[in-house]
Amino acid sequence: MRSLIDILDLSVSEIDDLIKTANDIIDNPKAYSDRCRGKKLATLFFEPSTRTRLSFEAAMYELGGNVIGFSEAQSSSASKGESVADTAKVISCYADIIAMRHPKEGAPLVAAMNATVPVINAGDGGHNHPTQTLADLLTIQREKGSFENLTVGFCGDLKFGRTVHSLICALSRYSGIKVILISPEELKLPSYVKKDVLAKNGIYYEQTQDLESAMPQLDILYMTRVQRERFFNEEDYLRLKDSYILDPRKLKNAKSDLCIMHPLPRVNEISVAVDSDPRACYFKQVLYGKYIRMALILKLLEEAGK
Amino acid sequence: MNIDSINNGIVLDHITAGLSMRLYDLLGLDSLDCSVAIIKNVSSKKLGKKDIIKIDADIPVNLDVIGYVDPGITVNFIREGKLYEKKSIAIPENLINVIKCKNPRCITSVEQELNHVFKLTDRKNRIYRCIYCETKAQ
Repeated sequence: MRSLIDILDLSVSEIDDLIKTANDIIDNPKAYSDRCRGKKLATLFFEPSTRTRLSFEAAMYELGGNVIGFSEAQSSSASKGESVADTAKVISCYADIIAMRHPKEGAPLVAAMNATVPVINAGDGGHNHPTQTLADLLTIQREKGSFENLTVGFCGDLKFGRTVHSLICALSRYSGIKVILISPEELKLPSYVKKDVLAKNGIYYEQTQDLESAMPQLDILYMTRVQRERFFNEEDYLRLKDSYILDPRKLKNAKSDLCIMHPLPRVNEISVAVDSDPRACYFKQVLYGKYIRMALILKLLEEAGK
Repeated sequence: MNIDSINNGIVLDHITAGLSMRLYDLLGLDSLDCSVAIIKNVSSKKLGKKDIIKIDADIPVNLDVIGYVDPGITVNFIREGKLYEKKSIAIPENLINVIKCKNPRCITSVEQELNHVFKLTDRKNRIYRCIYCETKAQ
């Protein structure tokens, strides 16, 4: 049974096909409004995530399907001690496809190994979140037209940000990608990502702590939140937090067609004043997330039916 | 130093010096009733120094464990005092319940029934990663 656990489970041509389908859904939503009639998506959310869960649910409803599920572990059999494997076997009897979020890394893989229906990883702890990466890729494709010859700046918490790691992995399969890593020393991209992904794929990258000096060369700026809890002392946090707040002044030297992205939720790392800038794409990114999830649900259900 | 030769059993030879105790633990040799000899730092033409383990019983040994600890080991099966079979060991692709994932955020940390499975991800540097959370084996 085909599932999606890691973004690298999908080949480049499969990602291209998903993007093509998502674009077609955007252009012809009516043509897809009945494609999942009679099908059920189970959203198994063992930890709360309003946006991702609602995105999956909206995606299934817009395909004409139905949704069952739970939004926290307390309202599931997990609170009685049921294993992920058993939950997956049971839910397979009720639903045609599963979207699972779990605080423990690898839980969706365990579900996929035991379910008889496709499983989509909707986030497993700090590990993988492939549908966020698909949403990011669709945003880049729609804003830039292709994935090649782009200079992509990642800014903020590059150490713990799983969305950053996954997107770097996904982009490393395209040619002409240049990566600028903008972060405080304490939150630099882990060396294994630099070695196993960037260096291994021959991707050129630079590291800097200065967002403004990197700005003029960027085609895409992927912002993330610098989280207080990641710092060992308050002094370092206070010293660094304002360096990575994007505001209109920092955008002064940016390209006119820069694409500003953020996986959201935003706290204060992008000033609200940037929202009205036509280069701000983070709310469009949320919308594209729904469309790419629609394309993914269709693909996995179609493959399961073969 | 005299160590009796064995009649029916297994001799693990050419163990990289210093790795015999790790092998002893991972193979669960402490639970055996038979004689087990660990000989450390034996002179070796090939390795300079090596360890040897002699097990005086014809027990099943997990070759994946041996390949994981040291693929250079030779396994000699002894029957009626003579060498019956000599096996060279390959690096295993997967390790099932040989080592445990130490990542506290891994699903294996809370679900006791799950097999601990590691996959060989870098043959050159013999790096294994947990299939669930991708944490590198220590």
